[in-house]
Amino acid sequence: MRPAFVSRLGFGTLELVSHLGRVALFLGHIGRVAVRKPYRLRRLVNEVFDSGVLSLAIVCLSGATVGAVLGLQGYTTLSRFGATGSLGAVVGLSLVRELGPVLTALLVTGRAGSAMAAEIASMVTTGQIDGLRMMSIDPVDFVIAPKALAMLIALPMLSALFTSFGFFGGYVVGVELLGLDGGMYVSSLERSIDFRDDVAQSLVKSVVFAALVGTIATYRGFHAEPTSAGVSAATTGTVVVASLAILLFDYVITALWSV
Amino acid sequence: MQPSPIRDFIVGLFVLAGLGAIAYLSIQVGGLSYKGPGGLELIASFDEIGGLAERAPVAISGVKVGQVSRVELDPQLRARVTLDLDSSLVLPVDTAASIRTSGLLGDQFIALEPGGEEEVLKSGEEIGFTESALSIERLIGKFVNNAGLDTEETK
Amino acid sequence: MATSGGQRAVDGGPADEFRIRFDGVQLRRGDRRVFDGLSCGFARAQINVVLGGSGAGKTTLLRLIGGLTRPESGSVYVADEDVTRLSERELFRTRARIGMLFQGGALLDSMTIFENVALPLREHTQLSERDIAAEVTRRLVAVGLPDTEYLYPRQLSGGMNRRAALARTIVTDPEIVLCDEPFSGLDPINVRRIEALLVDLNRRLGLTMIITSHHLASSLRMADRIVFLVDGRAIAGTPEDLLRSTDQRVLEFLRADSDGPEGAPRIAPAVASAGRT
Repeated sequence: MRPAFVSRLGFGTLELVSHLGRVALFLGHIGRVAVRKPYRLRRLVNEVFDSGVLSLAIVCLSGATVGAVLGLQGYTTLSRFGATGSLGAVVGLSLVRELGPVLTALLVTGRAGSAMAAEIASMVTTGQIDGLRMMSIDPVDFVIAPKALAMLIALPMLSALFTSFGFFGGYVVGVELLGLDGGMYVSSLERSIDFRDDVAQSLVKSVVFAALVGTIATYRGFHAEPTSAGVSAATTGTVVVASLAILLFDYVITALWSV
Repeated sequence: MQPSPIRDFIVGLFVLAGLGAIAYLSIQVGGLSYKGPGGLELIASFDEIGGLAERAPVAISGVKVGQVSRVELDPQLRARVTLDLDSSLVLPVDTAASIRTSGLLGDQFIALEPGGEEEVLKSGEEIGFTESALSIERLIGKFVNNAGLDTEETK
Repeated sequence: MATSGGQRAVDGGPADEFRIRFDGVQLRRGDRRVFDGLSCGFARAQINVVLGGSGAGKTTLLRLIGGLTRPESGSVYVADEDVTRLSERELFRTRARIGMLFQGGALLDSMTIFENVALPLREHTQLSERDIAAEVTRRLVAVGLPDTEYLYPRQLSGGMNRRAALARTIVTDPEIVLCDEPFSGLDPINVRRIEALLVDLNRRLGLTMIITSHHLASSLRMADRIVFLVDGRAIAGTPEDLLRSTDQRVLEFLRADSDGPEGAPRIAPAVASAGRT
């Protein structure tokens, strides 16, 4: 029994490496067709609409709510040290460095990432992808690249919006509800956040996360089994893998940034 | 999807909103400025800089006029701080630089007190009068010593 | 009706007549062997109909021609080029000569019917939008779908979808047309309509057609050549050859097949009498 387990582990590892290789090749294919004509701007715009604009509601609402919670929690803790004047800093830094990019990425993965995987997978199932091939149209160029690029564009925007709405949520709680001085909140926030340490990190994170979600969603959709079960597996797999990847890369980027 | 001018417009708005948010975070909040280095570069040496770090603000009468651009050790093992200040500043040669803490628990910054001389500091010159960072331990030590001396004298 | 070279109902035939040729193709799907040394040819500028029971490999055969599936061994020649050896990029060139109608249509559901039919023209030709619109309208009328341009595939029935997909398939006048069960699920009127359209295209433009079907009546009516898939191999010949065949498997198929009111009743007596002689 044990030898079989070991050999399966060995094969599993080899399989994983091949899998990573396939994903890398897929990514290369996307990159190649993205920079070549025809540029398919119309399709890109439509995809940005689907992934970005349609996620606005959930992102902005969540941002404001998270900011409000941070304001509340932060106030409770800071008031113990008589340091409520720093609430702006607490809310701001938490959002900019971590919660903004990470939560936005997770939300968008669930909403737009899974939708993307499902749509592509069902196109495989209904033969639309093969249909494109037979018309001598590269499905990666026509379908996949616009979707992946749209994610790369939309997610950083959404992260910034989430963070901004978060500041606002914290402001509403701290100033309107808990009676802090508005000016102090704002100045504490602005003084504590530095472009190079914080905002740049936030942007880099959201771009990296966007690349992760875009790749994972389109890859899983494209390589799904052409059955309904396959579509479902592609969708759930995307959410799980992308979420884990986001959290993992969040740690890596955070660690590297403080070096 | 039919080409829809409304959709295009909305996507355009979305991108504008996103870029706007990024710009807000970078410039307003993050302090990224499109202005280059302020222009006026001065040096100040201290025995002790405490928690002063690069990009710490430099203020005159509480108003920010620049920031610390570099902190290094000079050959005499003193702290050598380079200040990047607004080029419109006119500072006499007897200006003093001291390291202060904003509030009790706040960040360290450099406060400049202009002197009264006519001659003015030029870019690259060193500020002659510096006051190192206060450390709580030293203050207490001083207080205890002084208290001891007073007690001695009154004896 | 034009006849192909080979009169005998055997595998293969004179090679130079065949625009598309299979040579010893082996293909397995899971545990099942689909093709076991399949060798057959499809005549140029003729209507070739592929018959066979479910699972005989009709769709797979078309996929092999298009390079969407690769065999374990053997070759598939399309215009003297072995598509099993071509890379995906090289295949794009070959596919430019081929139009394929998939079962179910495979129209892009995010685009209107017009955009779907116009797609090959927009991608591969330099025609002006006005010319493209004219072509698209012409084809949609030909398949009996006028005024559907701005509807989406989900708003049309299955049969209508298939017809729109056919319009897309022929809009570039490809030299080779592959149709996967174009008649299944259509009412008799539309079966006749599509049949007439395909025959007309073949007669007028000399398009090479390979059609899979199990609609026996229309197959026998329109086919110049029939390729019957059974036991992983092919039995080929003219419709007359097939009807006169003494092969047990062919007889069984002809007897058992009944698709619509025009199917079994008319054929069975002839087969039955052929079987008895």
